[in-house]
Amino acid sequence: MTVEAREARQPWILLSPALSAVALLLFVPLIFIVVYSFWLRSAAGADQVGFYLDNWQEALSDPFYRDILLNTLKIAAITTLVCALMGYPAAYFIARSSGNKAVLLLLLMLPFWISYIIRTMSWINILGVSGAFNSALMAVGILDEPVQMLYNETTVILGLVHFLLPFMVLNVFVSLDGIDRNLEDAANSLGATKWQAFTQVTLPLSLPGLAAGGLLCFVLGAGTYITPLVLGGPTDAMFANLVYEAIITQLNWPLGSALSLMLLAVLGALVLIYNRYLGMAQLMKGLG
Amino acid sequence: MKKMDNTTRYERLRERYQNGDLDRRSFLGLIGAAGLAYGVQTPFAKYANAQSVSQVRFDGWGGVVSEAFREHAFDPYTAETGIEVVDGTFSGGDEYLAQVRASQPGEYNIAHLSGVFDYARYHNFELTTALNLDNIPNMELVMTRLIEPYRAVTPDALSAVPYDYGTTGLAYNRKYISDEEMREKGASILIDEAYKGKIGGWSDWRTRVWYGALQTGQDPNNIEDMDAVWDAIRQHRDLALKYWGSGAELMSLLAEEEIYVTEGWSGRIAALQEQGHDIGYYDPPNGFGWQECLFVIKGSPVEACEELLNFMLAPETSIAVAEGQNYPPALDGTKVDLGDKIPTLPAYDPTGTLSGLTFADPQYWNGNEAEWSKTFGRVQKGY
Repeated sequence: MTVEAREARQPWILLSPALSAVALLLFVPLIFIVVYSFWLRSAAGADQVGFYLDNWQEALSDPFYRDILLNTLKIAAITTLVCALMGYPAAYFIARSSGNKAVLLLLLMLPFWISYIIRTMSWINILGVSGAFNSALMAVGILDEPVQMLYNETTVILGLVHFLLPFMVLNVFVSLDGIDRNLEDAANSLGATKWQAFTQVTLPLSLPGLAAGGLLCFVLGAGTYITPLVLGGPTDAMFANLVYEAIITQLNWPLGSALSLMLLAVLGALVLIYNRYLGMAQLMKGLG
Repeated sequence: MKKMDNTTRYERLRERYQNGDLDRRSFLGLIGAAGLAYGVQTPFAKYANAQSVSQVRFDGWGGVVSEAFREHAFDPYTAETGIEVVDGTFSGGDEYLAQVRASQPGEYNIAHLSGVFDYARYHNFELTTALNLDNIPNMELVMTRLIEPYRAVTPDALSAVPYDYGTTGLAYNRKYISDEEMREKGASILIDEAYKGKIGGWSDWRTRVWYGALQTGQDPNNIEDMDAVWDAIRQHRDLALKYWGSGAELMSLLAEEEIYVTEGWSGRIAALQEQGHDIGYYDPPNGFGWQECLFVIKGSPVEACEELLNFMLAPETSIAVAEGQNYPPALDGTKVDLGDKIPTLPAYDPTGTLSGLTFADPQYWNGNEAEWSKTFGRVQKGY
């Protein structure tokens, strides 16, 4: 074997454990889900093996699924926007702070030490009728009686922002931290104000980080089902809740499989569009 | 002669390496292979052990119920038989059935299941087994009325023993709703505009349809006008603050006064009352009665499970569990002295006939499950 051939093989040999894990734990189950989506649930509950297009026909043509999917994308988009507006200043502050970056980053990561479900449920104690917020407003005389703040679309978005904000901050921080500070100084020395230097130099250079954070927030937000379950009202369901109900409540695994593949296809298309215009390298940097 | 176990094998291997009989690469390779073999084999070995009847797996609702089972049934059973009981928990019957369907035979053994319709669902998925009741003498103490529904599903042999029963009645905060108002309005209080935003409800399609039937004056086991039921469910949805999904959430919503009225599980409401909350409980006419069972899943070591079921049905275990979870046991009060607390529990029937409770007809409800659960999924989301 030539040296070139050996060198060409080496990366694949090193990658093979990871590739095997991805194949076994991701692609093989995915193939099962694809196969399941063409089966049918019989009236007695058992699965009917075969090749039926009924689940796909229902998932793609029924306006019920389309409406919930659009609502899910809307909630994910609002969440992403709020995360960007709140996360960018925080990331900028961390990136430009001198000396205590590590402490600030540690504080940012602290919420991850607590279970996501517990973090979500904590809002019940904050915004509930007898929660901290209502109690404080009543104590200072602003309210005479508690106001109902929970169990609506706003609290679902609030819970998602709470969950996803650190992902946005980290991605923007990585991007900002990599920008040469001399570029801003150069803009200032050429007559630009601080605001102009920010909008015309720093912001454009940090956009890949913002986009990577946005993609992560959007994909994770659109795929969640815990937050609407805990903080949503009777009608505040997202698409992942439909998958959960089909598989767990209705025991209709074939339809649940078709719905989960539909969500995967929509979110996968977004990732492909992102990759086409910005590349995955920035996302990997942010995750790292 | 020294026993040849894994430690001895490792010691000999290390000795050969230290003596220079084995190169470093081979030594590390053999250690790695041993680790891999252990890692791959061990997680699955425990399931194989369950089949060799060194252990039996029990899955239930956790909390005080599990503690009572552990103290009064599992530990004495292990002491007598040498068979270990591994207890797991689940948060809902639907979720658990999904896990069982995805498992290998013998992985799950005994489950504390709700409702006769669950028994029928497991039967439809061919997950039933055949118990020999001669090996469960404590079955003699169980109310016949609770055994009959299971026999109707599997006439030849039972796959479960009844264990407890309760109701899903109306729970209300007495600070805002009087006992008189509750008795006057009954199930219709859940669609009363006066309590908009202060009404709750379980996100379970069966309960929603059952109460929809009561609100429209129909027999829940023979609904004739389903459109009227869906309209009542929509009306309830629009007035409700929240559909709750677990007993803990139900208790929290009532205790924190987020809601004033909802349906509730009799045992959970009794627990709230024990904690000092002024929550009333009322079973309206044709209120939702249900029973729970200990179900042996197909592929389990049947004789070992039968012996464990007998321990669990023993009066001291049944009574301790019942007092812990606030649901009356399946034991017949005319045959067994159930103590002081159980006769005070909601839904308790001293006659042993349960004639005052209405149970879901499993054939009727399971026959409509596919259509109604799907439709409820849509109605729930505003359709």
